[in-house]
Amino acid sequence: MDPTAAKYIGAGIACIGMGGAGAGVGIIFGSYLAAALRNPSAAQGQFGNLIFGFAVTEALGIFSLLIALLLLFGL
Amino acid sequence: MTIDPIHQFQIQNFVPLFSIGRHQIYFTNSALFMLIIVLLVSALLIGATAPRAMVPGRLQSVAEMSYEFVANMLRSSAGTEGMRFFPFVFSLFMFVLVANMIGLIPYSFTVTSQLIITASLALLVFVIVVGYGFWRNGLHFLNLFVPKGVPIYILPAIVVIEILSFLSRPISHSVRLFANMLAGHITLQVFAGFIIMLAGFGILGWFGAALPLILVIMLTALEFLVAFLQAYVFAILTCIYLNDAIHPGH
Repeated sequence: MDPTAAKYIGAGIACIGMGGAGAGVGIIFGSYLAAALRNPSAAQGQFGNLIFGFAVTEALGIFSLLIALLLLFGL
Repeated sequence: MTIDPIHQFQIQNFVPLFSIGRHQIYFTNSALFMLIIVLLVSALLIGATAPRAMVPGRLQSVAEMSYEFVANMLRSSAGTEGMRFFPFVFSLFMFVLVANMIGLIPYSFTVTSQLIITASLALLVFVIVVGYGFWRNGLHFLNLFVPKGVPIYILPAIVVIEILSFLSRPISHSVRLFANMLAGHITLQVFAGFIIMLAGFGILGWFGAALPLILVIMLTALEFLVAFLQAYVFAILTCIYLNDAIHPGH
């Protein structure tokens, strides 16, 4: 196979990982919203945890995007 | 027409300073922007708090709010004993926040999109955590890797996992900030490239170009959120790691 083509295919495959991060971020915000609607007074106190969980999950998706970007531009 | 979204991250050598061995050290655009950031943060905090008004004005409110914000974050995650690290965490937070914000100004340089910068910051945190942990707790610091209440037959596996996850902290800590900034700026650049490409098609293209233009405006707003969020995450992870150094027992 042409190495350039393999590079582009690899970048595309690497981006599949972002789907998992998308599901994870959705679960975090969905659970937060569900819990916040049940007990709105406790919602403010958990905002820090929400953002923290969001960032940690989102980072995993960013990692796979990084691999794709490295394949496209870096290597 | 080709877009080069990586070009914005290039280091430019401005002034040759000195050489170590055969390696020439330059004053680069990265160094210039770091200098600007430090001056800006210092000017903001020193200038804003100089009047020491009972009823704070706008600038003084900004300084006091950022102080309170970081102080609450540190106190809630590392306890009152963690407050001795307040100057460190506060400088880290302000540096990363202002670096991310300055990077969003067009034609400026994003310091935090360089892996070497974020890795240095993350390694600094790591070294402080390990150093302070051993200095304060002695060998009890190793309790960090032995969680309580775990059945003895899976304990060896847990210890190995805990050590590995501890050692990979500086990597994830630095790559998170770096990759977020890099990906955000590349996305902005690519979508801005769509505007130019579509506008090249004549009158019909101008209407088409409005769509990516709106998208870029929304993305810029999102990037401001991400810029703040990543500074916040960087600081709160530092607080959590410091908490491990202060209270190593699980």
